[in-house]
Amino acid sequence: MKVKEIEYSLFKQCLGAEGLFLHIGPFIVKLQSSFTLVAENVYLLYADFTVEVKADFADFHVSVQTPKGVRRWFRPQCLFNFDGFKPFKPLPANHAFVFFEWGLNWCIAQYAHQYLIVHSAVLEKNGKAVILPGVPGAGKSTLCAALSLNGWRLLSDEFALFSLSEKHLTPIPRPVSLKNESVDIIQQLKEGTIFGPLIENTHKGSIALMKPISDYVEASSQTAKPTWVIFPQFKAGATTELTPVMKGEGFMQVKKNCFNYDVLGHRGFEALGQLIEKCDCFDFSYSHLDEALNTFDKLASMSVKS
Amino acid sequence: MEKDNCLLIRALIDISVVSDFVMSDWDLFIRQARHANLMAKVYCLLKESNLLEKVPQQALLHLQSRYYISDRHSQSAFYEIDEIGKVLSSITVPVILLKGAAYLAQNLRAARGRLFNDVDILVSKKIISTVEKELWKDGWLSFHNDKYDQRYYRKWMHELPPLKHENRGTVLDVHHTILPETAKLKVDVEQLLREVVPVVGFENVYTFSKTDLVLHSATHLFGDGELEHGLRDLSDLDSLMREFSVSSDFWQELVNRATSLNLQRPLFYAMHYCHTILHTPIPVDFFQTFNEKKPNFLLLIIMDNLFKHAFRPDHKSCDSSLTSIARLILYIRSHYLRMPLYLLLPHLFHKMFFSNKEVV
Repeated sequence: MKVKEIEYSLFKQCLGAEGLFLHIGPFIVKLQSSFTLVAENVYLLYADFTVEVKADFADFHVSVQTPKGVRRWFRPQCLFNFDGFKPFKPLPANHAFVFFEWGLNWCIAQYAHQYLIVHSAVLEKNGKAVILPGVPGAGKSTLCAALSLNGWRLLSDEFALFSLSEKHLTPIPRPVSLKNESVDIIQQLKEGTIFGPLIENTHKGSIALMKPISDYVEASSQTAKPTWVIFPQFKAGATTELTPVMKGEGFMQVKKNCFNYDVLGHRGFEALGQLIEKCDCFDFSYSHLDEALNTFDKLASMSVKS
Repeated sequence: MEKDNCLLIRALIDISVVSDFVMSDWDLFIRQARHANLMAKVYCLLKESNLLEKVPQQALLHLQSRYYISDRHSQSAFYEIDEIGKVLSSITVPVILLKGAAYLAQNLRAARGRLFNDVDILVSKKIISTVEKELWKDGWLSFHNDKYDQRYYRKWMHELPPLKHENRGTVLDVHHTILPETAKLKVDVEQLLREVVPVVGFENVYTFSKTDLVLHSATHLFGDGELEHGLRDLSDLDSLMREFSVSSDFWQELVNRATSLNLQRPLFYAMHYCHTILHTPIPVDFFQTFNEKKPNFLLLIIMDNLFKHAFRPDHKSCDSSLTSIARLILYIRSHYLRMPLYLLLPHLFHKMFFSNKEVV
């Protein structure tokens, strides 16, 4: 059953009571929360995801709750709980939904070491995937959102999950998190795109989440072949330019963006080596989104011919 | 003995119970193992018993994922052991590995799937300041800059304030004895030092003997009251005893050694709880040899009721209405065992009002 196939009132009720089992990429996440913000946004942004009321197994049992104490009434807060662990301090109650998103990111980065996990956006065209590792401010999410609205299948806005055993990229097409001015830019890019409400004053600035296109969610089980690693750099006034990067340099750059390279030890070294082996690496500077999109399309069509 | 309703404890007693697990059992089992910090250990137990194929893929990924971490920890611990051994050999001070590092260096089953937060070593108190200086030259620096913390460790504890390597970020605890100086129980560390065993393949590196490894682990858990990883530590003891008791003299040697070191009480508790909770095959006769060193009947009932909570995974599925109070009482007991009240009360007072960190 899809989230959108349940009536909202029932969805909210189940989420607030026992919780619901959401299939998010390769993971089953049991989410419980009585926050209306969480119910509304999950219902809106995860509308195309599979959900179960009862299931025998979940990878992550999480909840977003109201912390105990006076803050229940005075400047209310929310707290992320991972099966009894509380890895974060409480946040203002208006963060309840993004807290789920951040908390789930944490769970994956901490526990899913069957993958080499790179902090990056991943998109795919013609069976070939591009990895966009992201230092903050590089324009990773903006580019990712724009590409996903222009025929590139979204695998993830946050994580490249490179399977240690299968050597391919596993999709986890969750909502794309856009910050500050990129919210406006992407909203103007394509009509009919659905966004969650703007959440202001987070530690990352103002945030809005973009709903992934339903086809991409539908294709969650189709893995992709890593083909390019592109390090985007948004810079006002810069010319659009794709510059090849030596593989050794690419390795070191991606390593900096890995969540679990060190934790995996020799397995991390081998996996990253295999990943880079399969990919051409580029630096990419841009200042105009449409030119950037053109460059990516050219890259994809060139490789089809070759 | 009745069947424990905690899946993890049942599996630690006999790993083959997993053959009967249904998917919802796996869900709960993984969660309990995660909270007890025993995921990687469970993975190793399953592997050794050729039971990995019984594990559903989704559950296996979680166990394996944690196993990778433990594998990495062992690799890193070996590296640190080698480095520390070399650093201290220049001043001809033997390094005695403690706890996890010792199990690893001696290739004991207790090390399989164990996670390391730090490496623990022991050196004689007489030369500890030289050792500290030498380690400092190699990049091991104290990260407790608070004057009070420094004094707390140096004056009252059995170890230096933890050191962190400036490049590698690994943490090293340098002990000079196995119990806080302020603890009620006293140990003659020189006796332990006389019986150390060299580690094959490493220069200048030693561990305690088999009996002393068990006694140290028991002392740490029951004499010092450190119960943060209760079930993990009990499972260490279980693994050590199971492995060592292959030799028929082991139990007698263990009891004799405990007598000469005056550690019968912690050993009794270790044997008693390993036997009752994890079904460690300890010959019943040996419980008789403790005589007056055994806790009395009433005390044992109280302790049983407290420890049965402390040795459960810290997961809500294993809690009862008394769990939190039992843990609190044991926490207070642990501080009481570490320090007499006239030191403990000012310490807690300081920690509560002058420090924003948790009580060490």
